[in-house]
Amino acid sequence: MREKKAKKIVFKSAEEMPTMIISVGSQTHNLTGAWRNIRPEIDLSKCLKCGICWKFCPEPSIEIIDDWPVVDYDYCKGCGICAEECPAKCIVMVEERK
Amino acid sequence: MKKVIMGNHALSYGAKLARSKVIAAYPITPQTQVVELLSEMCADGSLDARFIKVESEHSAMAACIGASVAGARTFTATSAQGLALMHEMLHWASGGRHPVVMGNINRSMAPGWSIWTDQNDSLSERDTGWMQYYCASNQEVLDTVIQAFKVSEALMIPSMVVLDAFALSHTYEVVDVPEQEEVDGYLPPFNPEIRLTPKDPHAFGGLTGSEHYFELRYKLQKDMEKAPALIEKTGREYEKLFGRYLGLVDAYRCDDADFVFVTSGTAGFTARVAVDELREAGVKAGNLRIKVFRPFPFAQVREVLGKVKKAAVVDRNCSYGAHGIFYQEVKSALYGEARKPLVFGYIAGLGGRDITTDSFKEVAAHTLSKDKADEEIVWIGVKK
Repeated sequence: MREKKAKKIVFKSAEEMPTMIISVGSQTHNLTGAWRNIRPEIDLSKCLKCGICWKFCPEPSIEIIDDWPVVDYDYCKGCGICAEECPAKCIVMVEERK
Repeated sequence: MKKVIMGNHALSYGAKLARSKVIAAYPITPQTQVVELLSEMCADGSLDARFIKVESEHSAMAACIGASVAGARTFTATSAQGLALMHEMLHWASGGRHPVVMGNINRSMAPGWSIWTDQNDSLSERDTGWMQYYCASNQEVLDTVIQAFKVSEALMIPSMVVLDAFALSHTYEVVDVPEQEEVDGYLPPFNPEIRLTPKDPHAFGGLTGSEHYFELRYKLQKDMEKAPALIEKTGREYEKLFGRYLGLVDAYRCDDADFVFVTSGTAGFTARVAVDELREAGVKAGNLRIKVFRPFPFAQVREVLGKVKKAAVVDRNCSYGAHGIFYQEVKSALYGEARKPLVFGYIAGLGGRDITTDSFKEVAAHTLSKDKADEEIVWIGVKK
């Protein structure tokens, strides 16, 4: 999985800020997976390792590790596109519980 | 080399001599010839630039911003409704600090459909954070484009070079077109500190919380405040190389004047003729042409008008429900000054109606007949 550095950058003064509005790595601390209310769960016993879920994920929150798809729940917003596109229908969307 | 060219082509030659790298534009009368000539230059190889055809002005400015972020010097031009359609992107260019230079040919806003000049299109964009230069001759248009790139890129603030529809855009004048090598000596290549590059990936203009947004806008204003001195400095440098000074204002016979017209654009040159004629008739008249409207030249306006008894601001625009826009700004600059003239406001020439020397004489007669300046708007040449 990618390395995550949960550090929010806040400039102390206007002087030390860059002139242009550039990202300073907000995605490393903004774990947008917190927005999710349904989560994809993959039944690897049915998985064809086709990579279609990886290709369609708009975030991208599916990574292929040793040929198998793995969901990154820190960023997955639960849109369900992977479940919709999976040709083997091995991904199901499950309601999040607190 | 001296050439006889129209104002639109003065913009094109300015953009060419500045070695613009990306030009994205959508045609609109009276701006069309600006980009027609630039597209020809790109096609025949005389200008090494990418010409991007787009489907709207909003897209034109978006393309310019994208190219500017990538480190390319970018130019575009538009008028009236086209400028209005760009409005959102104007904020993106200035807020994102992308030094795009744009020609805007002042064209009256529709409806009723008009292709003739007044300033309400560009003045509606007053608060977008763009610098605005109002030109009075084709020579000034060409020179200002080159200077605007220099100032914009030093401050990372975009510039609008504004000229009157037809009175300049389609009027042919003798223009001294500088040599490329000389312009290269004045204007080095654009080399921004931060740019869009795979070597150092960043997203630009993204979500900015309340802990940073305020400071970004503070910085924009602080840099805008540096512009007047920089415009004068780069204007003097330009004068050394090319013999023409490019300043914030153009004061004509103001030194010993009792009464001064405050003007902008081509009306500012017509006013000079009226000044000469009034002087012959014994009136100590002068003309203060405001060339740079943003940043507003507070010091220069105060210095010139602090010495006169009466000032008549002639606006080719109207902020409906208030007054002429230059009139409001001039009065605001003078408020609180110990020495200030009585300031009168006039509106003339909307929708391209001519502003002639007679118009200025009418203004002068009215101003000189009054002992007190009230808030009355005096309409010059309107059929009542």
